[in-house]
Amino acid sequence: MHQSTRVAARWIEAVLLVAVALVFVFPFLWMFLTAFKTMPEVYQFPPTWLPETWQFANFETAWSSGPFLRYVINSVLVAIGVLIIQLLTAVPAAYAFARYRFRGRNFLFGLALIALMIPPQVIFLPIYVELSHMGLINTLWSLVLPYGASAFGIFLLRQAFMQVPDEVIEAARLDSASEWKIMWRVMVPMAKPVLVTFGLFSFIYHWNDYFWPLIMTNSDEVRTLPVGITMLKAAEGGKQWNVIMAGNMMLVLPILAIFFFAQRHIMKAFVYQSK
Amino acid sequence: MQQVVKKYNNQTVVKGLDLVIPDGSFTVLVGPSGCGKSTTLRMIAGLEEITAGDLLIDGQRVNDLAPGKRDVAMVFQNYALYPTMNVFDNIAFGLLNRGFSKKDCKRMVEEIAEIVGLSSYLQRKPAELSGGQRQRVALARAMVKKPRVFLMDEPLSNLDAKLRNQMRVELTSLHKQLGTTFIYVTHDQVEAMTMGDQIVVMNEGEIMQKASPFELYQQPANLFVAQFIGSPAMNILPTDKESIGFRPEKAMLTAGSARTIQPAAGFVDHGRIVAREILGSDVLYYVSGRAGKIIARKAADELLAEGTEVTVSVAAEHLYRFDQETGRALSVAAIKQESLPSGGLG
Repeated sequence: MHQSTRVAARWIEAVLLVAVALVFVFPFLWMFLTAFKTMPEVYQFPPTWLPETWQFANFETAWSSGPFLRYVINSVLVAIGVLIIQLLTAVPAAYAFARYRFRGRNFLFGLALIALMIPPQVIFLPIYVELSHMGLINTLWSLVLPYGASAFGIFLLRQAFMQVPDEVIEAARLDSASEWKIMWRVMVPMAKPVLVTFGLFSFIYHWNDYFWPLIMTNSDEVRTLPVGITMLKAAEGGKQWNVIMAGNMMLVLPILAIFFFAQRHIMKAFVYQSK
Repeated sequence: MQQVVKKYNNQTVVKGLDLVIPDGSFTVLVGPSGCGKSTTLRMIAGLEEITAGDLLIDGQRVNDLAPGKRDVAMVFQNYALYPTMNVFDNIAFGLLNRGFSKKDCKRMVEEIAEIVGLSSYLQRKPAELSGGQRQRVALARAMVKKPRVFLMDEPLSNLDAKLRNQMRVELTSLHKQLGTTFIYVTHDQVEAMTMGDQIVVMNEGEIMQKASPFELYQQPANLFVAQFIGSPAMNILPTDKESIGFRPEKAMLTAGSARTIQPAAGFVDHGRIVAREILGSDVLYYVSGRAGKIIARKAADELLAEGTEVTVSVAAEHLYRFDQETGRALSVAAIKQESLPSGGLG
């Protein structure tokens, strides 16, 4: 009797999990399948699941419809550039917030948290004006510099640094290590799962970011992949969803690949945090 | 240490400590938790600021010197190894920071690893080692720097009893081998008595007594030391003006209520055994006497049953007297008849 209720509960659980997973997987699947369809097939009703013949040409069309290599390079430069600068600012800030007692610490940390709550859409105008005074509009700097300090990164790393036992830091001090060395050689390696997670979040956010590059750039030389792909929509002959989806595939694949390799660290970071 | 004071938000945890730690000694700071012993050690290490007073190492004032520049090494209670570095890097970290070349580091680390028996574990991470091995890494990390002073903050308290005994012996022989000054903090009086050649008993931020283990046991300077050192603690029986005390092993127990047991007895009481603990070679008897509760320790050759009426007698030379108000030890002289508790005299 108990055995059978348990089995039933298991089944219900499994069905629910699959249903939730489908909600997330379905758009991906649809994007994947559409990227290989012909135009008539895309608009066909009722829609078909699998493409009749797999159209690899869609990728070619997407790739050649704009300077896609340029977009990819720009996206990589921006996403990695932002990440490097964010780490250089967030690690020392988080270390100071976690380990030093100084006047105004809580106030400053509060400010950082407030920054976390303000969406870029609210502050883009003053930043735009500022950057335009500096002559940086329509350069990659305009995409990198405004994101140089990450409140989210500071918050996340501070939590991780606070979990490091005092004795380890004291041992390093007795080992004649400078604060700089303690930070990078002792603390940062101990916070590796959190760093990987933050790095991934930041990379994905800036890789996918559409709003900021759209506003700050106006030429193909400095545009990033998401902006480039929406340019596909404007191509002649109506919206070619199959080509757009092929472009989206190119946008998403690198992220999926990175996620695949970093999954272990991400799980660890969240398990560690919830302890 | 000259008049060293430590205050946290107006609370004084170390109250004007005056202490000389002789070069090459094995000094143990011992006391109940919260007595200021760890704070004292951390001040010597430079991990706590000194509120007032001076700390001198080799005659040089080091109050404001960074921990890394004091030429001291510390072993922490939880070892405080760097979890992301392997054993080699853990030991070499301090050397590299002090500017030793990689080649020298390698040689020195390998030498030390050999001494503490870690040679085959150099590539392992701390998480892959047992408690005892981690303890050795912590020791090796301290030893490799060849410091002037070793500071140890309850380094054995995370080990199981067997390993603790073993490490105790190893640490004392290491001290003999190195001849360096060791300052060791513990709350465990057995560790203090067996390891130290100078013991500093602390309570509430003050030094209660500084002496060799033997002297501490034989001539406690006050009630606190008398009760803190020795297990079970000294029997203390208050009288009108003073308290008298004697060690449990000095009490003679005789069944029955015979009046004269020991010709030279300084203290005699009658009572009943209310409980007993068999420790193996010895037995502890808890006697409820007229003077109060008394613990007596006897060899387990013949057992006395619970409920037995007994006479407790203690030779005069084994009695201690303490001032009732200050707790300070009074000279061990003949005890006046009228000052004894109701137990009476021999």
